[in-house]
Amino acid sequence: MKHVITALVMNEPGVLAHVAGMFSARGFNIDSLVVGRTEDPNLSRMTIVVIADERTLDQVRKQLAKIVAVVKVRDFKDLPFVSRDLMLVKLSATPRTRSEVIELADLFRGRIVDVSHNTILVEVSGEEGKLDAFVELVRPYGIRELARTGVIAMARGAESVRSAGGEEPRPATGKAVSAAPRQPTQAELEATPPG
Amino acid sequence: MSTKPPPTGAVGIAPAAGSPSSSTPQPADKKKEAATVPISVADEQTRAGHLPVLGYRTGRTDRYIGLTGAQILLQMLHEHGVTDAFGYPGGAILPTFDQLYENKLNFILVRHEQGAGHMADGYARATGKPGIVIVTSGPGATNTITPLATACMDSIPIIVFSGQVRTYVIGNDAFQEADVTGISRPVTKRNYLVKNVKDLPRVINEAFIIATTGRPGPVLVDLPVDVSTARVEEIIDDTPNLPGYRIYKGGNSRMVKAAAEMINAAQRPVLYVGGGVIISRAWPEVRQLAEKGNIPATTTLLGLGAFDENSPLSLHMLGMHGSAYANYAVQESDCLIALGARFDDRVTGNLKLFAPKAKIIHLDIDPSSISKNVRVDVPVVGDARLCLQDMLAHIEYQPRREWFDRINQWKSRYPFTWKDDSPLPKPQAIIEAINKLTRGRAIFTTGVGQHQMWAAQFIRWSIPRSMITSGGLGTMGYGLPAAIGAQVGRPGELVIDIDGDGSLLMTVMELATMHQYNLPVKVAILNNRFQGMVRQWQKLFYGGRFSHTEMINPDFAALAASFGIRGVRCDKKEDVPRIVEEMVQYPGPCVVDFICETDENVYPMVASGKGLHEMEMGVVGETPPNSGREMGSLA
Repeated sequence: MKHVITALVMNEPGVLAHVAGMFSARGFNIDSLVVGRTEDPNLSRMTIVVIADERTLDQVRKQLAKIVAVVKVRDFKDLPFVSRDLMLVKLSATPRTRSEVIELADLFRGRIVDVSHNTILVEVSGEEGKLDAFVELVRPYGIRELARTGVIAMARGAESVRSAGGEEPRPATGKAVSAAPRQPTQAELEATPPG
Repeated sequence: MSTKPPPTGAVGIAPAAGSPSSSTPQPADKKKEAATVPISVADEQTRAGHLPVLGYRTGRTDRYIGLTGAQILLQMLHEHGVTDAFGYPGGAILPTFDQLYENKLNFILVRHEQGAGHMADGYARATGKPGIVIVTSGPGATNTITPLATACMDSIPIIVFSGQVRTYVIGNDAFQEADVTGISRPVTKRNYLVKNVKDLPRVINEAFIIATTGRPGPVLVDLPVDVSTARVEEIIDDTPNLPGYRIYKGGNSRMVKAAAEMINAAQRPVLYVGGGVIISRAWPEVRQLAEKGNIPATTTLLGLGAFDENSPLSLHMLGMHGSAYANYAVQESDCLIALGARFDDRVTGNLKLFAPKAKIIHLDIDPSSISKNVRVDVPVVGDARLCLQDMLAHIEYQPRREWFDRINQWKSRYPFTWKDDSPLPKPQAIIEAINKLTRGRAIFTTGVGQHQMWAAQFIRWSIPRSMITSGGLGTMGYGLPAAIGAQVGRPGELVIDIDGDGSLLMTVMELATMHQYNLPVKVAILNNRFQGMVRQWQKLFYGGRFSHTEMINPDFAALAASFGIRGVRCDKKEDVPRIVEEMVQYPGPCVVDFICETDENVYPMVASGKGLHEMEMGVVGETPPNSGREMGSLA
């Protein structure tokens, strides 16, 4: 079954390789993986669609959280959420068939972003299934090229990935800290486990 | 020829007030006492240079101004309590080695970077302090990958500082360049490529925190030449920036209580004690738990020493080559309590058949270990020591007479046994002789294979940090460098490498290191002129087709002598006790080549795909065991 997981990660070289490497090393199945910037320049956000049963999903989440550069992990298993995929598709369209394609794109609230003599470039966004349906509809016209971003997702309501289990991630404060023996952690690093 | 189990009928020993000191052996007044060097539990609290903590202030500071990267590295190593390091120089790390020239750091020059990694690992396991490695770029760094993987599997804190080519040629296939952060990523807990000297202090602080806290593990810091020669010219911030790193401490109190209640209600509980107990120094608490609740305890290979095997509650090691009584107890148990253990396949056998009647309590500091291999009924995520301290208050004494009766029957029926039926000494005879003389009171390291399993079976483990072995990765060649590292960390204590001829030859060049620093490690080679464990599988499962497992070996005594080390050969049964005693008494480094019987298998054995109760017994259980020679510690 497909599950959507989102992770806040430190914005530094090697994180993507680490996450991707962990997935392949442990034999987890990635359907799509999207990385992008967030409002915080120190953090990037990954949205990962995995094909997994519940037990594997649990491992995926835990193994992700174990990577030091991964700050927060959230899965949308028991949560209402919004997911979006963005697609650019270049179709064969002669002046004769062009209007049909435009009509289909309208039905899917797509936009025509480029036109040439015999092609038309359509931009569609929405849930994965909607895009899949559009692809099937336009396939007979001839798909010349197709690109999809993969899924990004966000919980509905006040929920945020930062509020998922534990505390808010805190960037370095620059404050002096000292630690006593046998408590080798810094106060700011201590987070109570959720379970 | 058998090891007699602890006396039966010792059911229901009174809960004793356990204390950390009660787990250390009391000096016995036997004549052989002089033969052994007294050994203490290495407990970082009692030693200078405890687990490194940020004992100084971090933050924005001018204290690095004017220092080069190499100077910062050595200064910070000192501040983190590092007294010893292992490594090998080379072009890209020369600025750091130049600083070592007049540094008080005790630096051990190895003969192969793999040796440096395993030495740091053995050092860490013997002392509880992180092991430090300094090597050059390219091949120097790639040679540390096997030790990194070894340490990663067994949760051992080592920190590798590797040289790297200049920042502006990285990616150009420069001389001795390798993508070391890329290569080492899957086998480290965290790694860094430092591209600016301003980041170095923060990175070093983070490296120590990550390596030594939570579930420990290896960290690699890749240090380009120009970063180690560049100077800090401004105020910088060395505060660790680890927003995604959580350290789990005390467990959820509701889960702790639920676990205690489940234990109290259990008729047939078993403690399954792993290496995590040693890492969190929870052995006094485990002992209290076993005694207060009257619960039998078995340990994993890495847990050996965390529970005193001389206790009547001990079931010794479990798993593929564990004791029959431990495996039967796990399979019959109604409540399995895993403490700092991870249900490795060498422990569980066929997962579908594992502990079918048991509710499972799993205490682990790594949440990803929970329910990874087996479904856990009560998970407790946290530090073993802190969680057990909480749990102990809820534990009640239960007599469990029926359970102990069954266990004691298994114990008397299936002790670890071997048969003295060959002209050459059996490998087990040599380990028994070592055990008899030392009574397990030494630091033992091993390679990987039959000798490793026999050491696990025939030494009576009672002291934490006394068994140093590559468990998860099974790294042949680990024994000698690990012994050297352990000896560096605990000078003055008896360190014995019980090795195989195959394993030893993989890292034998470190004998030169042993000689150079006059480290009095004893190497006992159980030389059967074969890769014994592979041979065992070929014999049992491949129709005796011994494909490429026979070894034509050097004369190990002469080889040792050529390194400047005392070498002895022993090929007669009657000489074994005398030569073992000579080896232990010898003040310097010493290699003994024990020529042993080849055609010998490790039993019991759980073949792959089988459940723990479906053991191949071999000679185990052949009754009555000859009671002529019993192991000293159990007599």
